[in-house]
Amino acid sequence: MKSMWQRVGAMGAVWAASQSALANYAYNLQPPVSEVARDVYHLHNVIMLVCVGIFIVVFGLMFYSLIKHRKSVGHKAAHFHENTTVEIIWTIIPFIILVGMAYPAAKIVIDMKNTSNPDMTVKITGYQWKWGYDYLNEDVQFYSTLATPREQINNTAPKDANYLLEVDEPMVVPVGKRVRVLITGNDVIHSWWVPAFGVKQDAIPGFIRDSWFTADTIGTYRGQCAELCGKDHGFMPIVVKVVSEADYKAWVAQKKGTARAMAADNSKTFDVKELVERGEKVYQANCAACHQANGMGLPGAFPAMNGSKVATGPIADHINIVVHGGRPGTAMTGFADRLSDVEIAAVVTYERNAWDNKMGDAAQPADIAAARGGAAVAAAPAAQ
Amino acid sequence: MSDAAHAHDAHGHHAQPTGIMRWLTTTNHKDIGSLYLWFSFFMLFVAGSMALLIRSELFEPGMQLMRPDFFNELTTMHGLLMIFTVIMPAFTGFANWQVPLMIGAPDMAFPRMNNWSFWLLPVAAIMLLGSFWLPGGAVAGGWTMYPPLFIQGGVSYDLTILSVHIMGLSSIMGSINIITTILNMRAPGLALMKMPMFVWTWLITAYLLIATMPVLAGAVTMLLTDRNFGTHFFNAAGGGDPVMFQHIFWFFGHPEVYILILPAFGIISQIIPTFSRKPLFGYASMVYATASIAILSFTVWAHHMFAVGMPVAAQLFFMFSTMLIAVPTGVKVFNWVATMWKGSMTFETPMLFAIAFVCLFTIGGFSGLVLALAPVDIQLQDTYYVVAHFHYVLVSGALFSIFAGIYYWLPKWTGHMYNEALGKTHFWLSVIGMNTIFFPMHFLGLAGMPRRIPDYALQFTGFNQIATVGAFIFGFSQLLFLVLVLKTIKSGAKATDQVWEGAEGLEWTVPSPAPYHTFETAPVVK
Repeated sequence: MKSMWQRVGAMGAVWAASQSALANYAYNLQPPVSEVARDVYHLHNVIMLVCVGIFIVVFGLMFYSLIKHRKSVGHKAAHFHENTTVEIIWTIIPFIILVGMAYPAAKIVIDMKNTSNPDMTVKITGYQWKWGYDYLNEDVQFYSTLATPREQINNTAPKDANYLLEVDEPMVVPVGKRVRVLITGNDVIHSWWVPAFGVKQDAIPGFIRDSWFTADTIGTYRGQCAELCGKDHGFMPIVVKVVSEADYKAWVAQKKGTARAMAADNSKTFDVKELVERGEKVYQANCAACHQANGMGLPGAFPAMNGSKVATGPIADHINIVVHGGRPGTAMTGFADRLSDVEIAAVVTYERNAWDNKMGDAAQPADIAAARGGAAVAAAPAAQ
Repeated sequence: MSDAAHAHDAHGHHAQPTGIMRWLTTTNHKDIGSLYLWFSFFMLFVAGSMALLIRSELFEPGMQLMRPDFFNELTTMHGLLMIFTVIMPAFTGFANWQVPLMIGAPDMAFPRMNNWSFWLLPVAAIMLLGSFWLPGGAVAGGWTMYPPLFIQGGVSYDLTILSVHIMGLSSIMGSINIITTILNMRAPGLALMKMPMFVWTWLITAYLLIATMPVLAGAVTMLLTDRNFGTHFFNAAGGGDPVMFQHIFWFFGHPEVYILILPAFGIISQIIPTFSRKPLFGYASMVYATASIAILSFTVWAHHMFAVGMPVAAQLFFMFSTMLIAVPTGVKVFNWVATMWKGSMTFETPMLFAIAFVCLFTIGGFSGLVLALAPVDIQLQDTYYVVAHFHYVLVSGALFSIFAGIYYWLPKWTGHMYNEALGKTHFWLSVIGMNTIFFPMHFLGLAGMPRRIPDYALQFTGFNQIATVGAFIFGFSQLLFLVLVLKTIKSGAKATDQVWEGAEGLEWTVPSPAPYHTFETAPVVK
């Protein structure tokens, strides 16, 4: 069975490779780089061949009939209208073919669902509209946002080769290691999908589901969110870099260094200019999707920041909304878990001093730390 | 004497209102059938225009014509409108016209309820379409209305829930009417197992509707209370579960798929024997296959949810039950081919559409089989492969059967033959256009293009451009069909009573055009 499978799979792969010369026109699943994805690739090739075979036989007969059994060539109609033997045969044969397909498919399902004995575990969270990665045993956390510039999307700049499939911070995993992914959503349902690994798992708020993959080739693999999650569903790609064990270790060390530097920043005090500069970057990555780069929002859907009561009102209320979220039921969720104290201080300060807002005041990391502690108690019943 | 005759006259024939009031107050099954069909035809152009806007935006990478949220409004409304205001009303229109004519009944069982069933639909459609002008725009969470995304939206989301309720009410009343008519008003001698296949498929479809529409109503009511009254059915923070909505929705949604295709099977099973001049092969097995499909359709819903992460046992159960549906569906296709086999075929437009239906619907069936395999579905779920799959089933399946049925019965309804050359032109443009749009989408899905995205990576450009070209060919060729229908109503060669040489059944025994009242005395079927 297995060897027949692999032969068919190899035929499919050769055919797919011969087509790759036509770069823009791919006809089959992406080249698999994990065991599961390879099994799925072969299974798909087999079922396709079975379907094409049946199609040719059935419609070969039908077109023969269309040509021979027509009135214009003088064919006289026969009058039979049932035949129990034939009817039983064409009920049983498809059933047998289906059982033949169901068996290998069931084996793959069982393999896909077996997430035991991982070498490492990464928790992945879907947000509107970005992904968060949390390496559970390494203390490494970061967010991964679309890196394609707005100008390319708006057709004012030429598009890169990886248009819409580039992120600021890719997920990094070592080659050949069994990686278990725990997937959840923060706001609405998303779906984490990397075709080359054969993993697609919905990210469901309030629940954690798992999946696994072992990438067997070093390289960069790209996927996209696969569940409609609102306005920017098409703009939250997934990029996974598969690297050697040594490169992975180096990457983890570098990530930890950045985290230490960030933690040190949280105890400093900055002037307004420094915070506005830093806040603009945070705003573009986290806020601009809804409130827009020009601070004007989208009327009817997302409120404007420019001249808003929040951004020009008391700074404590402003900080509170950014840390703990807006009114329940709106898309504005709290950033307490997503941004550091200094990042929240920077973005609040930016919003109070950008566009036509000229408040001149600044939020300091210490204010944010205070807001986290203070209001967290009040907000706890609603949040959990 | 003349006074008595006058009094009798006034009693026998109520004064007929004219103009708009005729159509608002009519209880005649033929009038109401025409209303359903015209409403559906109009909405086909409305929802089709949305598809053309979607395809225009997707002609090349980058955002050209619209903002992403408006794109989502278009895809959502295109889906809702095509299902609830195009395909379903069109089949109900056929049922209204044809069921009484085919079973020898004078009208539907509940004529006034029939009137109300129809007039609810334009109200629901206006509510849906009007929401484009509300703050926040129309509903944009996908026709599947998954929470929590659906909970986030503005007032138009509540309006959509109300509109779905109204359309469900209309469907349930229509179904009660159809079931009662078929079970109680058949001509003497017309046993159930002698009924035309179209009547059989609608009888089964009507039961599916009555079973599933209340489930949909329940699901959207829970959305409504989650949105407005502080319940947490679908909110994990309050002890609910967003995935529960998907289970309830697809318990409606999968039988709904068969609601959209069983009447199509019925129409095709009328047309192929007529133009093959040979009785339908395996009538009894066709009836049993239709019933099996309907029953199995209640056991497969979670194959729409393989990516939510169900336990192994659930994945396997839904994979096996889904694959099982291929057996009765296969029986139907084999029966149609066997009906053609050794017939004496001619290829008028209804037959052309019926043959295209059998071939292309089968392609949709095969891609359904591919998707039924859970591991393959994990790769293809929510990609353009799924878009290709359900459009093969709904465009070259449901919509083509509607075209076929219109060409087949239009001479009976209008008394005129349609223009065959124009009909064949419409056929070829539709077939070529349809395949140009949807065949490349299989490749897009395999290569990894997610559905419901307003912009895409560069490697998907080629096939998207082909699809957009096909969309404009298909869309504009439907204008030809409109012209053809209008011309046939106004003029055209006189149709005979039998219309088609091989046609058999009660509807072909009444004059063409069918008089306003038919079968006032029931015919006797031998």
